Amino acid sequence: MKRDGDMTLSTPKIKSSGIIVEYDDKRALHGIDLDIYPNEVTALIGPSGCGKSTFLRCINRMNDVIDNCKVSGRLMIDDTDVYDPEIDVVELRARVGMVFQKPNPFPKSIYDNVAYGPRIHGLTENKDDMDRIVKKSLKRAGLWDEVSERLDDKALGLSGGQQQRLCIARAIAVNPDILLMDEPCSALDPIATSIIEELINELRERFTIVIVTHSMQQAARVSQKTGYFHLGNIIEYGETNDIFTRPKNEQTEAYISGRIG
Amino acid sequence: MTDQATQTAQSKHLKKRYRAEKRFKFFGLAAICSAAGILLVLLGGLTQMSIPAFTHHYVTLDIAIPETTIPADQVTDPAAMRKVNWRGMVRKTLRNEFPEVTDRRGKRAIGNLLSGGAGDALRDKVLNDPTIIGSTVAVALPLSDDVDLLLKGLIDRSLPEDNRVISDRELTFIDHLEAAGRIDRRIAWFLFTSGDSREAEMAGLRSAAVGTLLTMLVTLLFSFPLGVMAAIYLEEIAPKNRLTDLIEVNINNLAAVPSIVFGLLGLAVFINFFHLPRSAPLVGGMVLALMTLPTIIIATRAALAAVPPSIREAALGVGASPIQVIFHHVLPLAMPGILTGTIIGLAQAAGETAPLLMIGMMAFIVDTPMWIDDKATVLPAQIYMWANNPERAFQAKTAAGIICLMVFLLLMNALAIYLRKKYEKRW
Ligand SMILES: Nc1ncnc2c1ncn2[C@@H]1O[C@H](COP(=O)(O)OP(=O)(O)OP(=O)(O)O)[C@@H](O)[C@H]1O
Ligand SMILES: [Mg+2]
Repeated sequence: MKRDGDMTLSTPKIKSSGIIVEYDDKRALHGIDLDIYPNEVTALIGPSGCGKSTFLRCINRMNDVIDNCKVSGRLMIDDTDVYDPEIDVVELRARVGMVFQKPNPFPKSIYDNVAYGPRIHGLTENKDDMDRIVKKSLKRAGLWDEVSERLDDKALGLSGGQQQRLCIARAIAVNPDILLMDEPCSALDPIATSIIEELINELRERFTIVIVTHSMQQAARVSQKTGYFHLGNIIEYGETNDIFTRPKNEQTEAYISGRIG
Repeated sequence: MTDQATQTAQSKHLKKRYRAEKRFKFFGLAAICSAAGILLVLLGGLTQMSIPAFTHHYVTLDIAIPETTIPADQVTDPAAMRKVNWRGMVRKTLRNEFPEVTDRRGKRAIGNLLSGGAGDALRDKVLNDPTIIGSTVAVALPLSDDVDLLLKGLIDRSLPEDNRVISDRELTFIDHLEAAGRIDRRIAWFLFTSGDSREAEMAGLRSAAVGTLLTMLVTLLFSFPLGVMAAIYLEEIAPKNRLTDLIEVNINNLAAVPSIVFGLLGLAVFINFFHLPRSAPLVGGMVLALMTLPTIIIATRAALAAVPPSIREAALGVGASPIQVIFHHVLPLAMPGILTGTIIGLAQAAGETAPLLMIGMMAFIVDTPMWIDDKATVLPAQIYMWANNPERAFQAKTAAGIICLMVFLLLMNALAIYLRKKYEKRW
């Protein structure tokens, strides 16, 4: 797959057209059209409550578990329709990993946290395979050196930043194509944040990454594309460079420059 | 000027607040102390009342067991053993202690000093060691409940003879035996090793305790899986609609239904309709399971709901199916709460008498039930029956029974705590 910054050269990995989300009768998203390209980091920014998380959760159908949430519209990943009733949601979620705003490791050992996904999907034949996957995932998440000596310790004994990286390792252990990250650094200090940002940069080689963030700097640092959400609409979407240097929309400019619209 | 005014007002306010806090603390402490005090008085009274029941007086006699009593190889044959007049043997031996007594009334009075279970004591001794047949052995024989009470000082010797259950003549016999050093006080093991009996001194808790255990086993086997499954379905899987709302309200109401209603239901459905055995732990356990179900369902739902949603999201996020989420993550985390709820429900059921009354478990049971379809009674029912018994020796037995029931419940709670701790460690 060739990547040279030109949108038109590659086909979109995720294609959202007219996605509408309603909580009870309240609309949270008013028809989102968005193409997300492979092996890039796409940042979603916008004021609180504008629907970024809601959109992110549409991609792996995490909204299904919310009783009062109704999704309509069309969302394609490669050639599969995500909202096709025939589709196996479990398989979809194995392809689309998710890292949540708050680190949420299982209250199990570090090893079991990472091994859980591969185990339930039957990705390994034996313990050696599993050990290899766990090691590889922890290495990719930049956590291996810190925990290699205590894989059997409880995950809840790790620091917040380590837990978040563990959650990333857990998500990539099932070898997804797409990684969704909802404000992965919101609870972290600058050092942990920079570790995770570096990580995102490396992971971009293999995954398509969509990241929600409240930090403009972070969006500018890690992403290739940026989308600006406002009150359930996508106002502007394009190359991160363009959005941050010469936004076409006033609202976008106001938000980026700190005058939240 | 005004500044000072506000300052004094402020300090007054502060003082008032401190005083209110102190008052509140005092009332809280007073409440705890009085509750603990009442509990102590209750426990102390019960313990004191029960102490006499834990010991009993025995008379030790040298009994000659003639070869002709029973062939040594037949001691294990219950029919042959039953034919032997053990009771006559022990009574005769005791009478021989008083050769000067020759009148029939006097002889009978001597025999009545012994408990009705004295013959059984000899029989058990022979059963344990058949080689003693043909020799003379010292055997400790339980005395009757009235003699025992007298020796414990619970019957006043100074009362006029007409108002006393023990006559003056009997007193001389007892004094004689005591002076000869034949009488001693021993731990009343039969309180735990024998079933109910008409003889106050021989009555024990064993059959009732085993009945309670069997009943609780049935209750657990029915209510735990049913309750937990129902709670999982309602909390995790069922759609939220009118029907599930209705079910939920009804479950909550069920927890408040008087327990005797469950007994009536058990009588009507399990016994009269399904013809399950009456007075059996099977039916008793099923009735108590019905009663325990709401407790378990409510506790389980609360425990499930308390599992943080982030854990569910995490599991779903790596592609676990909803059932995997429940069984791999939510249920293990909720287990300590579920266990606590279950044991509380079971402890409640173990102390229940009213519903069992309806299905005939308030019964005089001598033999220890062997399985869940045997006739049985339970500890609280046994206590109630003893309490209703006019014989004095049963007073102490009743208190002892209550103490045993409480120890039983205490052990159950200890088990709950142990299991909870063990489960929590795994996480
Ligand atoms: N479970 C829910 N039930 C009802 N309304 C919801 C629910 N979740 C979100 N909403 C509503 O949908 C809208 C979008 O919420 P969303 O969580 O997507 O915002 P967001 O952009 O992620 O905000 P933030 O930056 O604060 O995380 C909000 O108005 C919110 O009130
Ligand atoms: Mg959000």
